Amino acid sequence: MVTLEHYLVLSAILFGIGAIGVLVRRNAIIIFMSIELMLNAVNLSLVAFSRQLNSMDGQVFVFFIMTVAAAEAAIGLAIMVSLFRNKETLNVDEINLMKW
Amino acid sequence: MTPIQITYPNMMVILPEVVLSCWVFFMMMADLFIPKEKKEINAVLGLIGLAVTAVSVFMVLSYGDISSFNDSMRSDRFALFFKLLFIITAALAILISAKYIAIEGVNWGEYYSILLFSVVGMMVLVSATDLVTVYLGMEFMALSIYVLTGFIRHDVRSNEAALKYFLLGAFSSGLILYGMVLLYGVTGSTNVYKIANFLAANDNYSNPLMIASVILLISGFAFKIAAVPFHMWAPDAYEGAPTSITAFMSVGPKAASFAALLRVFLVALPVMKPHWVAIFWGVSAISMVVGNVVAVAQTNIKRMLAYSGIGHAGYILMGVIAGTRMGVASVLLYMLVYIFMSIGAFSVIILLRKTGVKGDEIKDFSGFARRYPSLGLCMLIFLISLIGLPPTAGFIGKLYLFAAAVEAEYYYLAVIGVLMSVVSLFYYMQVAKTMYIDEEIEGQELVPSRALTFVVYFCAAATLLIGMFPDGFISAAMAAVLPI
Repeated sequence: MVTLEHYLVLSAILFGIGAIGVLVRRNAIIIFMSIELMLNAVNLSLVAFSRQLNSMDGQVFVFFIMTVAAAEAAIGLAIMVSLFRNKETLNVDEINLMKW
Repeated sequence: MTPIQITYPNMMVILPEVVLSCWVFFMMMADLFIPKEKKEINAVLGLIGLAVTAVSVFMVLSYGDISSFNDSMRSDRFALFFKLLFIITAALAILISAKYIAIEGVNWGEYYSILLFSVVGMMVLVSATDLVTVYLGMEFMALSIYVLTGFIRHDVRSNEAALKYFLLGAFSSGLILYGMVLLYGVTGSTNVYKIANFLAANDNYSNPLMIASVILLISGFAFKIAAVPFHMWAPDAYEGAPTSITAFMSVGPKAASFAALLRVFLVALPVMKPHWVAIFWGVSAISMVVGNVVAVAQTNIKRMLAYSGIGHAGYILMGVIAGTRMGVASVLLYMLVYIFMSIGAFSVIILLRKTGVKGDEIKDFSGFARRYPSLGLCMLIFLISLIGLPPTAGFIGKLYLFAAAVEAEYYYLAVIGVLMSVVSLFYYMQVAKTMYIDEEIEGQELVPSRALTFVVYFCAAATLLIGMFPDGFISAAMAAVLPI
């Protein structure tokens, strides 16, 4: 029997993997993929909660998150393309013109 | 499952957003017919659109507090106050942009459309009373600002700033979302009023999911308002972005995020107050210390203002922590004051930007005030106001924030705030010293732009006006506080 807890634990693990990915990976595109993983972990919990609570709000929320994530991907990749044109790298350790 | 009830919404609630969005679509179409060398027409169109939107805000004001769309949007005095602030901010930002983006070689029409779209996002955010609309407004605002940050496509610093801002902003959205989901899971609703009612009726005070949710929400919001320890993006984004956008994003998104923060924490989560006050206390104190101390070491004036902005986020958080009517009113008042002093200071920086000269190092200001006495005096007024000395608006703003903190018995926080204001005296006066005492340097001819000098004088006048006759502005802020 798969219960709510299973979904929540899986979602928390995915979110954790995503968050760690953002902090340790050095390629901007992989960092961005990790962020998408975090968003999808959120979607998983939302759908699980929605089912458990018998309310539609959660599923509606998921649609909004997916839409925004698509717009975010478009803008993020556009920014990376324009950076790559000028600098030819997406390694965040080398993107260090400005530093304290 | 219960079927979703769809009723006809009261469109008055989102009238300003609708008006402005329609206008921006019109501008995007009109841009196609405007020849390349006359893109300033877009700026004029943008100002007209903002004026029309301001009229619609006043129209909605006469309807009182209304909410619609299944209670997910609410138009009350609090929201309308912020909407007017955004209109002023965007109008000033457009005025300082027209000449500047031509100098940077990015005189494209979409600049104004994207800028106004971010204003629509902020308006949605301050009206939002549902976690879904909070998220939507926040992303609408942030996505537009990411694009504007990277708007100088051929400049690698602008690209870099946009990438850093984008990655950290998206990451913080993820944190906020996870916090929202946990809140939804515990309370069964995404509406802030239903959440508040549920929490008041059931004892969830020490539910671990609730505590995790509060921590995640705070970390996400701290990113958006650039508070320590989530401030790393701010100096880089401020430095690399076009200066006109730096001016805009030092005020607009910050004000909008504070508005959403007030709504979420004071309306939906008052029951959890002891938890979030404890965390915000630390965030506020450490922001004031780190922001002001690190600003001392900066040589680039945009970076220095970024760190001082981090310190200011710490001051403003005092009003949130106090959480009283007085506290909320002081946040609103400070946001109003901050518009004029921050945009004013940035527009003086833009005055020094010429083709080939960046003009954003502190040493570029050498002898500035001796060469241009009246503009130098304006800059001095902004600096004094940012420190928080009378007779400027910054003094009134800070006075109310500190008073709110003391009234709510957060004495240590107020003491830290006052001490850090003294530290800020040092680095702001460093700029004043460079302007008045250091030798004049070559190449300090100004950008010939009447709009830009108008903004400088206007902001200086507003800063002095609010500082000397604050009564009307204070009562406006008091009238706009959330019902708590």
